[in-house]
Amino acid sequence: MLIFAVKRLAVAILVAITVSLLTFSMIYLSGDPAMALAGESATQQDIENIRRVYGYDKPIVIQYINWLGNALVGDFGHSHYLKTDVASVIFTRLPVTMTLGAAALSFALLLAIPLGVLAAMRPNTLIDRIALTLAVIGQALPSFWFALIMIYWFGIVWGMLPITGSASWLNFVMPSVALGYYVTPAVMRLTRAGMLDVLSSDYIRTARAKGLRPVAVLFKHALRNAVIPVVSLAAVQFGFMLGGSIVIETIFAINGLGQLAWESIQRADLPMMQAIVLVLACFYIVLTFLADLLNAFLDPRIRVG
Amino acid sequence: MENHILNVRNLTVDIPLPSGMLHAVQGLSFHVDRGETLAIVGESGCGKSLTSLAIMGLLPKKAIRTADLLELAGEDILNATESRMSDIRGSLMGMIFQEPMTSLNPAYTIGNQLIETMRRHRPVSVDEARDRAVFLLEKVGITAARSRLTQYPHQLSGGLRQRVMIAMTLMCGPDLIIADEPTTALDVTIQAQILLLLAELQKEFDMGLILITHDLGVVARVADRVAVMYAGQVVEEGSATQVFGRPTHPYTQGLLDCIPIPGKTERGKHLGSIPGIVPSLVGNLSGCRFADRCQHAMTDCSAADVGFRPASEVGHAYRCLLTPEQSAQNAAKLGAA
Ligand SMILES: Nc1ncnc2c1ncn2[C@@H]1O[C@H](COP(=O)(O)OP(=O)(O)OP(=O)(O)O)[C@@H](O)[C@H]1O
Ligand SMILES: [Mg+2]
Repeated sequence: MLIFAVKRLAVAILVAITVSLLTFSMIYLSGDPAMALAGESATQQDIENIRRVYGYDKPIVIQYINWLGNALVGDFGHSHYLKTDVASVIFTRLPVTMTLGAAALSFALLLAIPLGVLAAMRPNTLIDRIALTLAVIGQALPSFWFALIMIYWFGIVWGMLPITGSASWLNFVMPSVALGYYVTPAVMRLTRAGMLDVLSSDYIRTARAKGLRPVAVLFKHALRNAVIPVVSLAAVQFGFMLGGSIVIETIFAINGLGQLAWESIQRADLPMMQAIVLVLACFYIVLTFLADLLNAFLDPRIRVG
Repeated sequence: MENHILNVRNLTVDIPLPSGMLHAVQGLSFHVDRGETLAIVGESGCGKSLTSLAIMGLLPKKAIRTADLLELAGEDILNATESRMSDIRGSLMGMIFQEPMTSLNPAYTIGNQLIETMRRHRPVSVDEARDRAVFLLEKVGITAARSRLTQYPHQLSGGLRQRVMIAMTLMCGPDLIIADEPTTALDVTIQAQILLLLAELQKEFDMGLILITHDLGVVARVADRVAVMYAGQVVEEGSATQVFGRPTHPYTQGLLDCIPIPGKTERGKHLGSIPGIVPSLVGNLSGCRFADRCQHAMTDCSAADVGFRPASEVGHAYRCLLTPEQSAQNAAKLGAA
């Protein structure tokens, strides 16, 4: 188990380094960063000054190492647009997005896994059809459109839920549902397929031949095995949700990283964008790592690694 | 009669298929006594597994099971509720399957799976169940039993897993064990070991054992009685001595001629084979199901339903129109060939 964890950790670190390289090179995507910073009316002298002040004149490797070193201690540089420290903005926004992501993922899993299990227990019955229909709708319906429908009914017509902001947990209900519903179909279908597969397996027949009660057969013996691929999928889907949060946070005016990303793109606030990408990517890497560990816990065959 | 641990009368299993009704098992009657081994033999697809699943109450949902009588230790298990059946399974009767590689749950340790079986049916502590598991693992010939408890199925070989499966069915001291081709998936060298182990345990714990196997050599050694199945029916039943010594049904005669039996078959003797294929069991069937492949078939064979009738000795019966004397002549001819 320990060897497996160490190997996975090594992979995670390698991925993180790759991501940091890509993120770092973002600054050169739009040409000479010093020229971009200086603006259109700047003289050659201004540009040279800026280049020296920001260290753009140093060899690129040194620049990367400096940048990464700073990032590692939580210094993401200065936002030219907001005229503040990037890190302080990021760390006030991060918890909001994480809350949204966690709530959305919980919603998705709590809806998708029981539905998938039910559908697998009664294949080709009404329950299965309903679950399938929900899945098809979920996949066909863009999350922003679903969000707008919810805003109309729950927010405006019935006035049950607040439409914008992030003041209380009620504010997170609709965004979480909109964001989470999007990943429900994939999770549900994988759960259903996994359960169908496992339920027809020999060890389930053994469990029944031992006289185990249906609940034990279903939850102890079947679900544990069926949920293994779902864990990996959920981690990947969470990554998509972080991307989706850009749209959802903008719609619901939630002050999270997603909205910040959207604004920063419009302002061409490169250090801010770099920091957001890096933070979200690292978060995703950590999550994948945890999912691997959880899988190894669930399936002893993986642990051998 | 009271001694019968399992009593099956006129058991039928039908499976509805798009192409019609599959009569997979028809009119099966047999019984197993305490301390007795009944071997069921017959070629692939003749309904041996469905028979065992029908007794366990584990048939696929779409299968239709009927019987005049299905009794385990005097209790009606034909009309028992599903909840009562789950109390019986694993406690009064256990089943060992063909595929040891996949029959244990890969996610849990051997110990977990052994202990849970006992704790499901008996009010014992985890420690007591663990002691019983160690005791039984040693009984089935597993060394370092206590340390095996923390191992996972994937860490064991097929032979070891099947031994674990055997130990698992013994956890609650059942009256009856059904072993459905328990060694087919194993190395030839291990096959006989496992079958003999089963026979030994069956004697030691005084259980009834239904042994389904293709290994006629082992059947001859361990079975008290033998039921030969063909296309969903028992075509011959009797003590092992009767069935092997005086096979009366042409199918049994052909089957025994196909397979060398230690001590019976002479060296260098040409082994026979039964020409033709098993008939389709879909739709209405009448007459002898073996008629198409039988060298001795007569016009009557496919006309009426051929009933089960006693052979010359008590306890020996077969399903054929030939008289025991005619059969004996045929057998003599086969043996001479
Ligand atoms: N779930 C099912 N659906 C449809 N047909 C089935 C099903 N299970 C078994 N059958 C059919 O019923 C017949 C008897 O099957 P069974 O598994 O009992 O044979 P068997 O004697 O155990 O054979 P083998 O020696 O290969 O294990 C076969 O023709 C098989 O195709
Ligand atoms: Mg079978």
